This record gives sequence, C-alpha cells and structure tokens, in this order.
Amino acid sequence: MEILELFSKIGIYATMALVLVFALGVVALRNLFHCALCLAAVLIGTAMIYVALHAEFLAAVQILVYVGAVMTLVIFVIMLTEHLGGKTIRQTNRQSPAAIIGLSGIVVLLGTLLMKTPWPVTAKALDAKVSVMSLGKALMGTYAFPFEVISVILIACLIGAIVIAKKDVSEKGPS
Amino acid sequence: MSMPPFLRDIEFAVDLSLVNAKGWCLDLLGHFLPDWTVVLASIVISGVAILALGPLVMMYLTLLERKVIGRIQNRYGPNRVGKWGLLQPIADGIKMFTKEDIVPAQADKIVHFLAPVVIVVPALMVFLVVPFGERMTAVNLNIGLLYFIAVSSITTIPIFMGSWASRNKYSLLGGMRTAAQMISYEIPMTLSVVPVIMMSQSLSTNTIVMTQVGDLDLHWFIFTPWGLVGFLIYFLCAVAECNRPPFDLPEAESELVAGFHTEYSGMKFALFYMAEYMNAFTLCGIATTLFLGGWQGPFFPSWLWFFGKTFALICVMIWFRGTLPRFRVDQLMGFAWKFLLPLTLINIPVAALWFFVPERLAWLYSIAIFAVSFWGLVKLNCAFVPEKRIYPLAD
Repeated sequence: MEILELFSKIGIYATMALVLVFALGVVALRNLFHCALCLAAVLIGTAMIYVALHAEFLAAVQILVYVGAVMTLVIFVIMLTEHLGGKTIRQTNRQSPAAIIGLSGIVVLLGTLLMKTPWPVTAKALDAKVSVMSLGKALMGTYAFPFEVISVILIACLIGAIVIAKKDVSEKGPS
Repeated sequence: MSMPPFLRDIEFAVDLSLVNAKGWCLDLLGHFLPDWTVVLASIVISGVAILALGPLVMMYLTLLERKVIGRIQNRYGPNRVGKWGLLQPIADGIKMFTKEDIVPAQADKIVHFLAPVVIVVPALMVFLVVPFGERMTAVNLNIGLLYFIAVSSITTIPIFMGSWASRNKYSLLGGMRTAAQMISYEIPMTLSVVPVIMMSQSLSTNTIVMTQVGDLDLHWFIFTPWGLVGFLIYFLCAVAECNRPPFDLPEAESELVAGFHTEYSGMKFALFYMAEYMNAFTLCGIATTLFLGGWQGPFFPSWLWFFGKTFALICVMIWFRGTLPRFRVDQLMGFAWKFLLPLTLINIPVAALWFFVPERLAWLYSIAIFAVSFWGLVKLNCAFVPEKRIYPLAD
C-alpha cells in the first residue's frame, strides 16, 4: 500500500508544479487568449488539489463557478474584442520594478506568518470532513443572516447592472 | 414485490454478473500478486471499461441515428457494410483515421491541436458518476450530481479554443453561439435538478436512484407533478446543451458551414463528434438517473433497464432531429430565459409543497399552480403582433 501512497503523493506534487507553471504562463505569455486558457488550467489544477485534500464540494463549486462561468465570460470578452485576441502584447511596463518590490514585501510577510503559525496536526483535525449536508445546515442555520445579506447585495448588483445597461440604450436610441 | 425466491436469486445473479466478473478477476490476481497491484487492477478494470464504453456507445449511436433518421425520411439508411450496416461505424472509423489532417496556415497550431483532445476529457470524465446498474457506479462520489454539472460545464472552453484557433469567421460565429447557448441553458438545467436533490436529500447519483424504490420498482420521480415538469425542462436543456436539433444553431449547416469545427478534418473532427455523442449519452443517462428511476424496474436486470431507458431518450432526441426545424437565435434565448427559467423557479416551491402536503391535495395544488403559471408564461411570451394595416386607397 505504501507504493500507492507514494504514487498519490507524486501525483499531488506534479499537479502543484503544473499549477505553478500555468500560473507563470498567465502573467508571462504575450497572447491574451493563451493567458486566459492558462488561467483556466490553473483553476482546474487548484480544483484537483482540493479533491486530493478531500474537499470535493469545494472542488466542484470551484470548477462550476470559476471555470464554467467566470472563465467563459473572460474568454467571451476577449473574443468579442477581436483584435485583442489575435494581437500579442507586452506583459511588462515601467512600473514592474516597483511591483516586484511590493510583492516581495508581501511574500516575506506571508512567509513569516506561515512559519510562525503552529499548525496543530491532531487526529481530530485529520479526520475532519465537511459534508455537503453540514455545509447546507450551517448556511441555513448559523450563518443564515450573512448569507441573506450577501444574496441581497448580489441582487442589488444585478439590478444595478441592468439599470446601467438600459440607460445607455435609451439615450442613444431613436426614441 | 411478490416473486418466488429462486426467480429472485436468478435475477440477482444476472443483475450482478458484470460486477461479479470483476470481483472474480481481482480474486484471481490476489492469489499471486501483491496487494497494491490488486487495487491498481481494480482501478484499471473500471477505467478501461469506461474508456471502451464511451467510444463504443458513440460509434453505435451514429449508426442508430442514421438508421432512425433514414426510417423517418422513408429510406433504409446504411445497409451495405455488414448485416444491417452493423459494421458501418468501423468503416467510418477507418476512413477518419486515414484522412488527411488539414491545419489552416493562419491557425494557432497548438490550440488548434489541443481543442479536440481536451473536449473528449470532460465527456469521458462524466461517465464516472453515471450509475449503469446496481453497484455499477464507477465512483460513488457523495457529490456525484454536482460533479456531473461542474465537469460538463467545462465543455465550452475547448469549443472556444477550436473556434478561436481556426481563424475562421464561421468558426468564430459558431463558437460565440455555442457559448451564449450553453451558458443560457445551463441555468434552467441546474435549477431543474434542485427538486430531485430536495426530495432525495443527497447529491450522490446512487442514493438518488435508491430513493426511487417503491412497489414494482416503479416509484420514479417522473410520476410526480414536479418530477414531470422537471424532467421536461431538463430534457429540453439537455438537447440544447449537446447542440442537437432543434437547438443546433452553433453548427447550423445552412448558415455556418459546420460552426466551430469547420476547419477540422480526419480524426480531430471525429473527436469533436465523439464528444458530442458521448455528451448526448451521458445527459440522457443522468436524466434517466434523476427522473426515470435509473436502474430501477421490474423483472429485467438493472443495467438492461438503465440502457433501455437511456436509449429510449436518445431515440426521442433523434426523433426531434427528424421532425423539428431549427430555432432562430432570439427564439432560442427567449425560450431559455423567459420560459424555462421562470418555470424551474416555480417548480422548486411546488416540490417543497409536495414534501409537506398530503399526496392527493398536493396533486391538486401543483396541477393548479402549473396550469396558471404555464398560461401566464405563454401569455407574457406572446410577441406583440400589430394588426395588419389595410390601405383602402392603395390599389
């Protein structure tokens, strides 16, 4: 059985490495469409890591929301602006040195925080599995109020988007 | 169900014959190989069964479709290769393999190559959670249904890749139409499944089938008002999801040549086709699982029931193709957003009503609600047709 565990470990690390490679592709490739595809690959890879960590529900939702909906919209926008899709563009500009300095600061900060946090690996923590049912009960019970607030905000956003889109048409329209 | 015990035993044995065959193979291996190879072999057997089933189903679906369409159009269909044309799919396969693979000069070579390869992956992956029979689900995920919806939603991305990398106007238009259609129809499809989840209180496809057990194994969800409406919505959305007529706008031959796969030939084209047919099969399989009781049914072995119901649904899809003309784009979008979506939203509270109200009363209430909402939606969707003007002095 140890051999199987070794295989799965190799698989997980290979997935992580691939995710990093694709993430590099998102910021380094010159064609916007390729970048978008790399981003989709990164999101799918992340979902695979979730599956390996026994968070299947999170993985499914990640794929459904990010790959199925958000990435489709991103690619749709790139394809609608036709010359953006075919053209190659530079991914760096004059602000990149400053960005690197800022980013390395954040990396150092996060790194020290990660190192300092004691990660309690107990048998209870290892066995913890969040089932869909308990998630649903928590959303409808303990966290019902924030859940409802978020849905109200979302509906407000949707209505706002419709109002903004509609206004444009009536101003330009013939009537 | 009253049945002599020996008949029951025979039924059970036939039912699990395939499962038992796998167990027997594994036992044999276990005698002279280490433990971990047996686990690996178990994975490989299930995997190979699925990988073989996908293309096989696709090959014979094309033959079935050509035969049935032929009969609808009052001709024989393929009947030259083998008895009743049974070897036609194999001849087609050989033809596809030997054809020249043409890549447009301006195309994005890598993405153009990747698109048909990637599109097969989700189409095969969804086979994992389809319950083909009793104890014949490859992986009994506890989020099975959500997994199916999530994985099948990836399909839009390879279609985009193919249409964009071809650098062809027809391909691009086909890709755009696909995206619009798939996004629109995914919403009513996902919502039409919600009542089933509410009733079975589980996302596992196996458990959903198990909750449809009843007298004579005929306690299917389709025999309830919310199940019937949910099934009709789900099935219409499934037809739209796999781009089949009357929703085949992405590949409308008369307008777009072949839509997103215009620039593909040979085996790459075959892969697109394979993904499409496998999607049609899995969507019908999931419809069977959710609403038609999956592998539940009297007398016959469970996998026979599953395949029978699934192929019946596929025949309905072929029947659609033989009968209905293609939609217009605005009709297509309007149908999803203005008709199916409100109806699914009404369907969810009706299912809740079914849960809390005694059965007779629930039938009455739900029929009343559906009648009123159907009438209202049809009224609201009626386009305003101005009266025909009469010009008395014109002639």
